[in-house]
Amino acid sequence: MVKRTMAAAAAALTLTGFAGAAQAGPDFDAIKSRGHVICGVTTGLAGFALADSQGKWKGLDVDLCRATAAAVFGDAEKVKYVPTTAQQRFTALQSKEVDLLVRTTTWTLQRDTALGFDFAAVNYYDGQGFMVPKKLGVKSAKELDGATVCVQPGTTTELNLADYFRANKMNFKPVVIEKVEELRQAFFSGRCDVYTTDASGLYATRAANAPKPDDYIILPEIISKEPLGPVVRHGDNQWGDIVRWSHYAMVEAEEYGITSKNVDEMLKSDNPVIKRILGVTPGMGKALGLDEKWAYNIVKQVGNYGESFERNLGMETPLKIERGQNALWTKGGQQYAMPIR
Amino acid sequence: MSQATEAGQVAPARLPPTVDTGAIAWLRKNLFSSVGNSLTTIVLAGLLVWLAVWFIDWALLKATFQAESGQACVGTGGACWALINDKLRLIFFGSFPYEEQWRPLLAILAMIAMLVLSCDRRMWNWRLAIVWAIGSFVTFLLMFGQIHIPVTLIFVVALLAGAGGYLLRRATAPDMERIAWIVLMALGALYLVLRVAGVIRGAAIPVAPFEYVETGLWGGLPVTMILATYGLAAAFPYGILLALGRRSNLPLIRALCVGFIELIRGVPLISLLIMASFLLPLFLPPGVSFDKFLRAQVAVILFAGAYIAEVVRGGLQSLPKGQFEAADAMGLNYAQKTAFIVLPQALRVVIPPLINTFIGFFKDTTLVLVIGIFDFLNTANAALVDPKWAGFPGEVYLFAAFVYFCFCYSMSRYSKYLERELNKGTQR
Repeated sequence: MVKRTMAAAAAALTLTGFAGAAQAGPDFDAIKSRGHVICGVTTGLAGFALADSQGKWKGLDVDLCRATAAAVFGDAEKVKYVPTTAQQRFTALQSKEVDLLVRTTTWTLQRDTALGFDFAAVNYYDGQGFMVPKKLGVKSAKELDGATVCVQPGTTTELNLADYFRANKMNFKPVVIEKVEELRQAFFSGRCDVYTTDASGLYATRAANAPKPDDYIILPEIISKEPLGPVVRHGDNQWGDIVRWSHYAMVEAEEYGITSKNVDEMLKSDNPVIKRILGVTPGMGKALGLDEKWAYNIVKQVGNYGESFERNLGMETPLKIERGQNALWTKGGQQYAMPIR
Repeated sequence: MSQATEAGQVAPARLPPTVDTGAIAWLRKNLFSSVGNSLTTIVLAGLLVWLAVWFIDWALLKATFQAESGQACVGTGGACWALINDKLRLIFFGSFPYEEQWRPLLAILAMIAMLVLSCDRRMWNWRLAIVWAIGSFVTFLLMFGQIHIPVTLIFVVALLAGAGGYLLRRATAPDMERIAWIVLMALGALYLVLRVAGVIRGAAIPVAPFEYVETGLWGGLPVTMILATYGLAAAFPYGILLALGRRSNLPLIRALCVGFIELIRGVPLISLLIMASFLLPLFLPPGVSFDKFLRAQVAVILFAGAYIAEVVRGGLQSLPKGQFEAADAMGLNYAQKTAFIVLPQALRVVIPPLINTFIGFFKDTTLVLVIGIFDFLNTANAALVDPKWAGFPGEVYLFAAFVYFCFCYSMSRYSKYLERELNKGTQR
């Protein structure tokens, strides 16, 4: 989105001097001596990071924070959450206010390089999608020729929309409204046939704002790439590795059927891969500088990626997001963990 | 009997005067004095009744007070107070550890007690300092759970108290009291000198009855109240100093104060908060970091101080020159003149704009949401995002507005009372 890009560019301009200024390996030491991980999250986004009625943080991003704490300390509760705004997030990471940022942040070249960050993984593949009322009878975005489309002006969303329709030789009538609440209002009151924004946003909007959520469907086409993932500073590759492999451990656990419920039985498994993941065959923990039980603790206390997804975003939640792109690679999705060996 | 005129003629009988007391007369006079007014009254009354009926129907009769999720409220056509019910503790206390939330509750009560006590004019002397010392200690002890009081702080307070007392009471106090002030000051100074010289090691008195809760977990009403109360409490004396400095005869002090006030007033509060939150950490050496909450608090104090200074300056300028001259003629020094002659009169004049500033700042503290601090409005916002309860923003905002209104309206009433009280001397 343009806003994000602008913020990144602005931050890049002011902060280039700070990029790469960090020394080698200090972050992980600081975390260990402090006794907890400080995790930058959103100030509140349903499904990704949100304080529940008891003030406890929950969500897909929060689960990744908890996974890193489980890996480092063997206790997923040893996390301090720092809510950050979209503008503030990169400064918070640069100024060491947080150890890692898991805040629905799109992985782009600018951020990965000029801002002095490393994206450790992609924990959610997002992208721009379309929502239409069911009664329209449309099953694919290719059938949207001549539709009126509700879209926010001045965003990359608007540009992607124009590109997509031009590429597919279709016409559309845009209804551009600056304020997102009014835009949703316009869509649900029937002023336009289609509402377009990031797919996770479409699901959240449908769950939260639709008069009858079941009357609307989100079309399967995703027309832009928004890979969201955890971010760490340059300067401590070991800590970056731990974050990266914490995510991979969750994905790998799902692939091999290890869940928070059966993880103890899985310890007795004969499968050499599972043995390596759970630390029955030692080596992996040592390589990361962690306890050999690191992945066991993640799966036991946080769950595998699929469990986390279903708990926070899946069909049982009000958001009702399908796995789609975020299914395992074995099931046609893109969640592909590098082998733990 | 009819009146007789001088000529012996009977005057024609007149209609009895219309009743001009009682409810009907009041109605006639104020609401139905002409056709136009009557029409206006009827239309407005009709509108009011219609609104009231609609509101009662929505907020009470059709409302849902208990439910598992927002689904139960859909289609009832009434308010979904069950959402407030479910999220009450989140809205009031944010992400403060759930089992410990009695602590922020008590902290709120302690602060309210402290504020109510300070409203009483009879407390406006040394008692106020004690009320605030105890109130603040209790509040922060409850919020933090543990406080380590540095011994240095105690001696700094002794030094400041001694210096202040000596300056103000030097001319009028008996010898014994003067000596006591000097001893207090000397003790503080002695300790500080020894401490800086490294003879005495720094120590702290630990008070740790509860589990430690850091400011990052604070949220909701305590955050709003602490930011506003301590922001204004610190900004008030500091604003007065700025105002006095701006009227000082010393050019350097005057220039500094004018520069500061104009600089701070020239930028929006949001930019100050963003500066404090984003830029400050980048300029600090690695490893040194201020608490985000403290940074926001300092930004609020700086900002409020500049505004209060200008309000107070208005009061200072309204004083007739004769007051200053009379004080000089009495042989009072600058501190005495300011504390006993100038400020009491100047502050009395500026109570309405001062309370206006206070009310404004109480609400302005909500801006801390741009730097990710969960004040009351922000926790209310967080309650909205939960998809389980999505779709009822009206109820949440109405509730938040109600709470803010309670605070601001009490301040406004108090200002009215104070104005009456302090102007007794000038009223006829």
